[in-house]
Amino acid sequence: MTDKKRDTPLLDELETGPWPSFVKELKKSADNPMTGDLLGLLERSYEEKIGHWKHGGLVGVMGYGGGVIGRYNDLPEEFPHCAQFHTLRVNQPAGWFYTSDVLRKLCDIWEKHGSGVTNMHGSTGDLVLLGCPTEALEPVFAELTELGFDLGGSGSDVRTPSCCCGESRCEWACYDTMAATHEITNEFQDELHRPAFPYKFKFKMSGCPNDCVASIARSDMSIIGTWRDDIKIDQEKVRQYVASGEVDMRRDVTSRCPTRCMRWDGTTLSIDNSNCVKCMHCINVLHLALSPGDDRGAMILIGAKAPIIGGALLASVLVPFLKMEPPYDDIKELAEAIWDVWGEHGNNRERVGEFIQRVGLGNFLEQIGLDPVPEMVIQPRTNPYIFFESDEEEE
Amino acid sequence: MSQNIPQRKTDIGPPDYKQFLPPVIKKNYGQWAYHENPKPGVLMHVAKSGDRLYSVRAATPRLVSIETIRLFADIADEFTGGYLRWTSRNNVEFLLTDETKIDPLIERLHKEGYPVGGTGPAITNIVHTQGWIHCHSAASDASGVVKSVMDELYEYFVAMKLPAKLRIAYACCLNMCGAVHCSDIAILGIHRRAPQIDHTQVRSVCEVPSTVAACPTGAVRPTTVNGHESVEVIEEQCMFCANCYTVCPAMKLNDPEQDGLSIWVGGKVSNARSEPKFSKLAIPYIPNNPPRWPEAVNAVKNIVEVYAAGARKYERMGEWIERIGWPKFFELTGIEFTKYHIDDFTHAGESYKRSAHLRQVKE
Ligand code: SF4
Ligand code: SF4
Ligand code: SF4
Ligand code: SF4
Repeated sequence: MTDKKRDTPLLDELETGPWPSFVKELKKSADNPMTGDLLGLLERSYEEKIGHWKHGGLVGVMGYGGGVIGRYNDLPEEFPHCAQFHTLRVNQPAGWFYTSDVLRKLCDIWEKHGSGVTNMHGSTGDLVLLGCPTEALEPVFAELTELGFDLGGSGSDVRTPSCCCGESRCEWACYDTMAATHEITNEFQDELHRPAFPYKFKFKMSGCPNDCVASIARSDMSIIGTWRDDIKIDQEKVRQYVASGEVDMRRDVTSRCPTRCMRWDGTTLSIDNSNCVKCMHCINVLHLALSPGDDRGAMILIGAKAPIIGGALLASVLVPFLKMEPPYDDIKELAEAIWDVWGEHGNNRERVGEFIQRVGLGNFLEQIGLDPVPEMVIQPRTNPYIFFESDEEEE
Repeated sequence: MSQNIPQRKTDIGPPDYKQFLPPVIKKNYGQWAYHENPKPGVLMHVAKSGDRLYSVRAATPRLVSIETIRLFADIADEFTGGYLRWTSRNNVEFLLTDETKIDPLIERLHKEGYPVGGTGPAITNIVHTQGWIHCHSAASDASGVVKSVMDELYEYFVAMKLPAKLRIAYACCLNMCGAVHCSDIAILGIHRRAPQIDHTQVRSVCEVPSTVAACPTGAVRPTTVNGHESVEVIEEQCMFCANCYTVCPAMKLNDPEQDGLSIWVGGKVSNARSEPKFSKLAIPYIPNNPPRWPEAVNAVKNIVEVYAAGARKYERMGEWIERIGWPKFFELTGIEFTKYHIDDFTHAGESYKRSAHLRQVKE
């Protein structure tokens, strides 16, 4: 048994089967001693059914508080080459587009300084470089920035914003998600690199309510494309769908409309657009015949999160409709107003969604200067425990 | 080692995506007319100008070596003029305009071990987390479970034969990096034992007040051990969320025999038809059984097959279950309903049935 090539009988079983194998990936980089040791350490976890990573440590690059996750193993004597195995989060280009040329240059940097292992991509969207020794952090960072890449967020800061591919190829995009993401990421570089919030704050941009980047479930500020005017209908193409037998209008379309605002009389499709909730179903099904209207923009929702700490939340409506025009000043100002209030009154490790639940959406709106509108709720309250404020009593 | 290191810059932000877009996208940006899904893993986007963009989607294990990225770069040079992208679910997409190159590209990707599929009414790649490869908090591995499940569900990736799309997600602890809580099927690593406190370590690395404050149920209390400030855990109040461990490394919950997986179903994020919804508990606990987790794999496969047989066209997992009712879901899948399925956290009562609307009750 050499230092690099350790026996990994359990992991080897994961090299078989039709799905791409992460073990094969690790072995492709196993000539690198860090990755060789990682394989050995992982095999140990498979034997013992327990992880061998210690809690993160404070490491980073000079002047940044985020972007690097410190990682040390708990068996450094046996696996010295991955004793320090830090993660660098590299801010991806919007929409995750690359050229072969830039990917090769990224690989060269990572071959020279790190383990050769990556995540394409991490959950938040970053290109993740997995396995960097402490002394290589600064050189990797310097070479990355030379190539035009910067680090993403980690800790209690703005996390790396991400978006669907939007107008780059999707005809349903109601705004330019990639341009908005690029602009907002650049605007908030300081907030992204230097954690100063109560907890993390994520932006995600989806071009339409299909929400391909799960923004409504995963982001503190979710920006979902939508439209205000009528769905565009090409009646001839609708009839072609029906004639070809591909679509049964009642079974597949009108009866699936959540507000039952569609009618098909055998020759013409009509939509009561005032009752359409823009769910996208009919457009998804009749994609050659229907498309979102022309008065396009986005809605802003706030406060989604996973369970930790007080339970999972989906985002809720904050701004029902906004025109999305560069340089997106409305969104920047809104985000800053939210951070001012949450930054001052939020508890440590309290996401903005939990903060709003604690102080009440009504009070929160007042503090950030937005008027309450009925679109923000499913229904008005049912309980009569109203906290009237004294000045209103007098009126 | 520093002679070749360039001058560092800061706060330059991500590179401008425009430099990485293929010419057909630059030309038709925001001017797309419609798209089709001619076969599994292939999307055809047609612009108002009549130009066509083909995207060929292949699975990756998310964890990829630079050798693989270089391979993808070579394949892109050969077939697409060097243009490619990744999707939000860790698939790689090759972006080309020459229709005749699609089949040779698919063949090449299959040969290299990266199958093409994951579009339309199919199961696409499982979004997942780090697991034993890289995280301190993991109750199970991530990549190994994902690989084992997808080996078994492969046929649903390379074909489009489900009633609707089916999104599976995996997270190795309740932190849920990657927010699995709105997936058709979520596999979630769970701890089941209260933290073991290393009092010596508490002294050196933890702050007692913030550790106490971290516990959502108030189970962590300040105490004195051997004359030093420390913490204790009221075990009956612990729900194994590991929040205390996140702020205090001396409170490890990981336990080889007690950690394992749970399965959740019926969530979605898309707004199509019904509103987005959370996944709900299907199976509270499956023991860890590396390297292939057969019990978890079979449980997921069973749910997929029962759904595929029963759901109507366009019906997502959660919509199907709402139509047939939860009692029927448990009956059809043969999954046992236990007291753990009944919520007992904040707002638990909202999930109790408070009406007389029950479907036919079994004898
Ligand atoms: S979210 Fe909508 S606009 Fe964006 S890629 Fe998905 S379907 Fe297209
Ligand atoms: S988008 Fe949804 S709500 Fe609007 S008409 Fe179509 S199916 Fe109905
Ligand atoms: S889900 Fe939990 S264990 Fe898994 S990578 Fe995230 S924090 Fe770590
Ligand atoms: S695991 Fe969660 S519930 Fe248990 S003591 Fe820690 S913080 Fe409290």
